[in-house]
Amino acid sequence: MYWDREYETMHREKLRELQLERLRSTLDRVYNNVPFYKKAMDERGIAPSDIRTMDDIKRIPFTVKQDLRDNYPFGLFAVPMDEVVRVHASSGTTGKPTVVGYTKNDINMWANLMARSLTMAGATRGDVIQNAYGYGLFTGGMGVHYGAEMVGATVVPISGGNTDKQLMLMQDFSSTILTCTPSYALFLAEEGENAGLDFAKLPLKAGVFGAEPWSERMRQQLEAKLSIKAYDIYGLSEVMGPGVSMECRCQQGMHIFEDHFLAEIIDPGTGEPLPFGQQGELVFTSLTKEAFPIIRYRTRDITVLTDEVCDCGRTHVRMRRVTGRTDDMLIIRGVNVFPSQVESILLEFGETEPHYLLVVDRRGNLDDLEILVEISEKWFSDKVRHLEEVGGRLKNRIASVLGISARIKLVEPRTIPRSEGKAMRVVDKREI
Amino acid sequence: MKIKQISIFLENKSGRLARVTRVLADNNINIRALSIADTTDFGILRLIVNDPDVAHRVLKESGFSVNSADVIAVEIPDIPGGLADPLEYLRESGINIEYLYAFLTRASEAALVVFRVEQIDDAIRVLQEKGIKILGGEDVYEL
Repeated sequence: MYWDREYETMHREKLRELQLERLRSTLDRVYNNVPFYKKAMDERGIAPSDIRTMDDIKRIPFTVKQDLRDNYPFGLFAVPMDEVVRVHASSGTTGKPTVVGYTKNDINMWANLMARSLTMAGATRGDVIQNAYGYGLFTGGMGVHYGAEMVGATVVPISGGNTDKQLMLMQDFSSTILTCTPSYALFLAEEGENAGLDFAKLPLKAGVFGAEPWSERMRQQLEAKLSIKAYDIYGLSEVMGPGVSMECRCQQGMHIFEDHFLAEIIDPGTGEPLPFGQQGELVFTSLTKEAFPIIRYRTRDITVLTDEVCDCGRTHVRMRRVTGRTDDMLIIRGVNVFPSQVESILLEFGETEPHYLLVVDRRGNLDDLEILVEISEKWFSDKVRHLEEVGGRLKNRIASVLGISARIKLVEPRTIPRSEGKAMRVVDKREI
Repeated sequence: MKIKQISIFLENKSGRLARVTRVLADNNINIRALSIADTTDFGILRLIVNDPDVAHRVLKESGFSVNSADVIAVEIPDIPGGLADPLEYLRESGINIEYLYAFLTRASEAALVVFRVEQIDDAIRVLQEKGIKILGGEDVYEL
């Protein structure tokens, strides 16, 4: 089942032509409208007109997350603000988020790509889509919502959390498709089981799960417990949001929607492009976005691309599940967390050389974050009350900056393991 | 009139207290009094020792978080009501006690109580005015 057969099954040669044409138009627009990109290209001595073949793209410099921060909030927008109809944002390391914007056309394009994605999971006008992705600055909730409406399905915009109500509405509204993070889906499944709910008897038939890494093992669990087919969806706000790539019924990798995004795999060390089939860092260039075009954005996600023909008939390249990151970013309960965020908070608290350790675990299918912080002379007091106050203030500050709650445990100095003089910042015990 | 108490941050895990006392023993430090305040995750060990400056230094060198604070040691008669009187005097003067702990002395009829208060100078004045005996460092360290 296709949403947009012409583009989804376009011959690869024709697709490359389309990409080149759209790439050149995008480069023109960013060169003329975004000082950051003009400067970056001028420094390399290249102009948009120098890009004549797809191969020339490697001459264009990369964009990294720090560039988004440096241009906070709207510095990378390529249209005047009166054309921007919406912004989204993701968490930043210093409390400032990275902000992206959308024109009316962008929202429409995104809704179309989400409609394409949901259609790949079997969604039609007759479906009831229970959207348990968070609504708000996070792209998940509204991204799925607009796509579901475009399909013509009935959306239940319940957002994340509120498990009892999720289970109640799932039964009462006869939801057929569930959209949320895979860990939350597993949590729902177990809570439902505990409440004596038999998912096999519900009309639920598919799940579209993303926003955090998961595994084949989790897929098997989800499919068995919820009695559904579980699909993997990928996206990031910097590139658009959910719907950058999506699994088809073959479940052999996610098709990257190449009519709108140009994907490259690079060697994260040298930045050199790698051929299909080799593992490396995924890099995206948007081809049609207006408000926030992005050029050669380094996602830090590690994967492999393949252009082998898929049994579903789609010609778009497929990316394997993301197997890791080239930086230390963690995804905890669907939220991006960098250890450096914790570090900057400790610096705010007057620590000059903070020693801390993020311990991530999964308890009852929900991610759990505990942060060990070595107590310093500065904080230590003979009064329990003072120490508990420090812990409490840290906890609040961390919750507001990271967007997730964590347990804070004060530990003795020099008890957090160091390797080669450098402290180890993360222990991830999750088995996904 | 003030005496020095040292406090050590201890995680709630086995062997930490033994480690502190071993470090002190190796440096010939004698413990005069101690108390531990504990929470779910950590404890604070508070000590009166015969040489607080050396104790502070050696514990810090051994990697512990150490803090020194001034406290007062009050000698009270070892009879019913002995503690009630000084507590009443402090309350009347609006002096809040953070915590206190008692220790016994060798061959003495009196009990000793360590008080940790915010307004230490006021507390000393109030107690002295009421005729309560406050021990100096030399009295306590050499007990």
